[in-house]
Amino acid sequence: MIEKNLIIIGGGPAGLAAAKAAYDEGERDILILEREQNLGGILNQCIHNGFGLHTFKEELTGPEYAGRYVKEVVARGIEYKLGATVINVTKDKVITCVSEAEGLAKYKAKAIILACGCRERPRGGINIAGSRCAGIFSAGTAQKLVNIDGYMVGKEVVILGSGDIGLIMARRMTFEGAKVKAVVELMPYSSGLNRNIVQCLNDFDIPLKFSHTVVDINGEGRVSSVVIAQVDEKLNPIMSTAEEIKCDTLLLSVGLLPENELSKMAGVELSPITGGGIVDDDMMTGVEGIFQCGNILHVHDLVDFVSEESDLAGRRAVAYIRNGKISKDYVDVSATGGVRYVVPQKISRQTDCATLKLKMRVANVFRNKRLVVEADGEEIFSKKRPVVAPGEMETISLNATHLDKIKKASKVVVSLKEA
Amino acid sequence: MKKIIIIGAGVIGCSIARELSRYDASVLVLESNNDVACGTSKANSGIVHAGFDAKPGTLKAKFNILGNPMFDRLSKELDFPFKRIGAMVLCFSEQDFPALTELYQKGIKNGVEGLEVLMGDKVRELEPYVSDKVVAALVAPTSGIVGPYEMTIAYAENAYTNGVSFEFNKKVTSIKQSGEWIVECEDGSSYSADLVINCAGVFADEINNMVCDDKMKIVARKGEYMLLDKTSGYIAGKTLFQLPTAMGKGILVSPTTHGNILLGPTAVDVDDKACTSTTVEGLNDAFSKACMSVPTFNKRMVITQFSGLRAHNVDGDFVIGMSAKQGFYNVAGIESPGLTSAPAIAVHVAKEVAEHLALGVNADFNPIRKGIKQFSTMSDDEREKAIAENPLYGKVVCRCEVVTEGEIVDSINRPLGARDLDGVKRRTRAGMGRCQSGFCTSRIMEILSRELGIDMQDVTKFGKGSNLLIGRVK
Repeated sequence: MIEKNLIIIGGGPAGLAAAKAAYDEGERDILILEREQNLGGILNQCIHNGFGLHTFKEELTGPEYAGRYVKEVVARGIEYKLGATVINVTKDKVITCVSEAEGLAKYKAKAIILACGCRERPRGGINIAGSRCAGIFSAGTAQKLVNIDGYMVGKEVVILGSGDIGLIMARRMTFEGAKVKAVVELMPYSSGLNRNIVQCLNDFDIPLKFSHTVVDINGEGRVSSVVIAQVDEKLNPIMSTAEEIKCDTLLLSVGLLPENELSKMAGVELSPITGGGIVDDDMMTGVEGIFQCGNILHVHDLVDFVSEESDLAGRRAVAYIRNGKISKDYVDVSATGGVRYVVPQKISRQTDCATLKLKMRVANVFRNKRLVVEADGEEIFSKKRPVVAPGEMETISLNATHLDKIKKASKVVVSLKEA
Repeated sequence: MKKIIIIGAGVIGCSIARELSRYDASVLVLESNNDVACGTSKANSGIVHAGFDAKPGTLKAKFNILGNPMFDRLSKELDFPFKRIGAMVLCFSEQDFPALTELYQKGIKNGVEGLEVLMGDKVRELEPYVSDKVVAALVAPTSGIVGPYEMTIAYAENAYTNGVSFEFNKKVTSIKQSGEWIVECEDGSSYSADLVINCAGVFADEINNMVCDDKMKIVARKGEYMLLDKTSGYIAGKTLFQLPTAMGKGILVSPTTHGNILLGPTAVDVDDKACTSTTVEGLNDAFSKACMSVPTFNKRMVITQFSGLRAHNVDGDFVIGMSAKQGFYNVAGIESPGLTSAPAIAVHVAKEVAEHLALGVNADFNPIRKGIKQFSTMSDDEREKAIAENPLYGKVVCRCEVVTEGEIVDSINRPLGARDLDGVKRRTRAGMGRCQSGFCTSRIMEILSRELGIDMQDVTKFGKGSNLLIGRVK
């Protein structure tokens, strides 16, 4: 058993930012375990630009953004292992890891940051009927084959779901000479960023069909067509509107799911709404000394916010390692009235933070609303929002005055109210 | 040496091939797909039936009862997953008591051991998630679950190592007799034999009708299934049937040998015997009926759906035996309980064929086959040892099912190894987990390309025309 102060599982944007922050906070005994052969995570296959506007005030590609953090981590001499897959984590913070180079290794950590990211929802998860032939890919799988491996996955493409990866892939496939015939979205709104709809679809005249879904897939060896149909208010397909689209490829961009298999092994309580852990203002889960940040906690639309959240997790993990167990008494933070969830879900009354960011997503597209924080019914924060949408994460920055009120409250509620 | 051709590499063709390899003969299996277990054998309930459902006196009853007890030894010999977990037939209304009693009586007549009828509360004591509406159940402790494609692959590998040849992508187009049998395939190849065994599943009627005047009709009866994530938690420890109908055994809810929960199958006769697509109606039907047995199901637990085609003989029973044309042997209409019956059918057919051709014994026959060493089920000590022996066991490729590169390389390079993504999946479980191969597809493609010495662009999902890539990027 190898002992470490801090072990970070995952060397993507979350893990890298957490490692850097922990080092800068004074911690030197850090280990990052990364299952892939490179640090950087999924950013490595996101070769489009638009990353880093908040963090670096400039527009970077995914690999460039990851590269900046990798450089910081390497410059600090932080230890990391590649090709190292963690297969178990216990609540006593014992980690079992396997790799080609070192075989099976066990580590005992004082604190663990879970930064494992998320995965794509597969076809099976949304029950699309039809042929089980080749040519059906999740958008991220296609992105890897195209951007990392250098192969085209199809010529005529239909994309189900308007998540950001699907939108980005619509443009990418078009650049590579494919014809993207339609992006089909079940909901009456997109789950992706508005800027991606403009830059990836509108600029290329790719039709985006809201309130539509794929009801059948045809093809023997490879996809030959898909059938799409409009859906009613209850999201049930209206078969009289069915329309067949000839294509050889169906890409799925139908949602991302936080990857919490290790969290479950460690006994971390998960939120049924985010699919990620339930954390406090230190990003600590219900299992003492186990923290979460990034897409394992809740799916972000901008990596900049992942870095920011992970910076906090890194610093607070170091505080935990130094101070050990601090008895905490919590105020629950809940979401209601059009807000689907809020992270963190609880705030410690002992918190010494001067500021705190609450992150949330709304359940629908709303106009002319206010995001409101109430402590025991008293409105302590309000922010006007002309438009909010499920695809864009909302943030509320609380200051010391707000936090003082929260610490005294028994309950904090975040909601949307009329402007 | 006498030559035998087996048409079809499903569980029936492969089990007969293995049993025939005990004898001194030259056996060739012709399969129209790119791998073994590509038809009914890869998409069914995976149940080893106790034998209470089959009509007494039928071949279905006979081979079910003979086959069931063979699984304990066979699964060890051939190293495939099998668990004798027991089954229950749920009865939802007192009006159905006579039907349940009839089933019990049939079971007794067929010689099924350990059957008992329990009342509702007792049923829920054993299976707490069973619906409150269940008033009674027939419990059959000898029922079991098996990995159907693992079993088929195991039979095929053992047959192969005992000298049986396999040819894939060989769709039989004609069978002629001129002294010996000449079997011609779509690609122009032809093979001769002293005896032909028809194990062509849903296509067995087409094969029979090429030869025999006594025409056969096999209907493809589609069954759609849903598979739930392993993390759905405990739902059922036994296979939960509902009372059977004229179309089959109804919708079941069952654990699989790998700890998932399976629900289905529907039963709809279809015209297209190659059509294994799923349908909205079928999946909704399977789900809503499964909810009658276990009301707490949630569609969010589902990770994949599939369908399989049962080879239903319109005359009702299995067709096993020499046809009117000497040297042409039918094993057809093998629908449920076909998987359970397969080991017994195989022994029976091999014996009959050996007698017919006066075959001697294969003195070198080795009944033992070892499967791929599965990393996910090893203890940490075993894992450490496995990686020390082969460092590729330290490279996890499929994160959901924890399948390593060592296992994937073995699945490709072992006897009758995998040649496509689905072949790797069925042999190793890589890609069968909750992400359904989202992360590992490109890695497995690279490994297939490297180990088979083929270009990435020639890697397929399941052979013929199922290519995943169409070219290089600009």
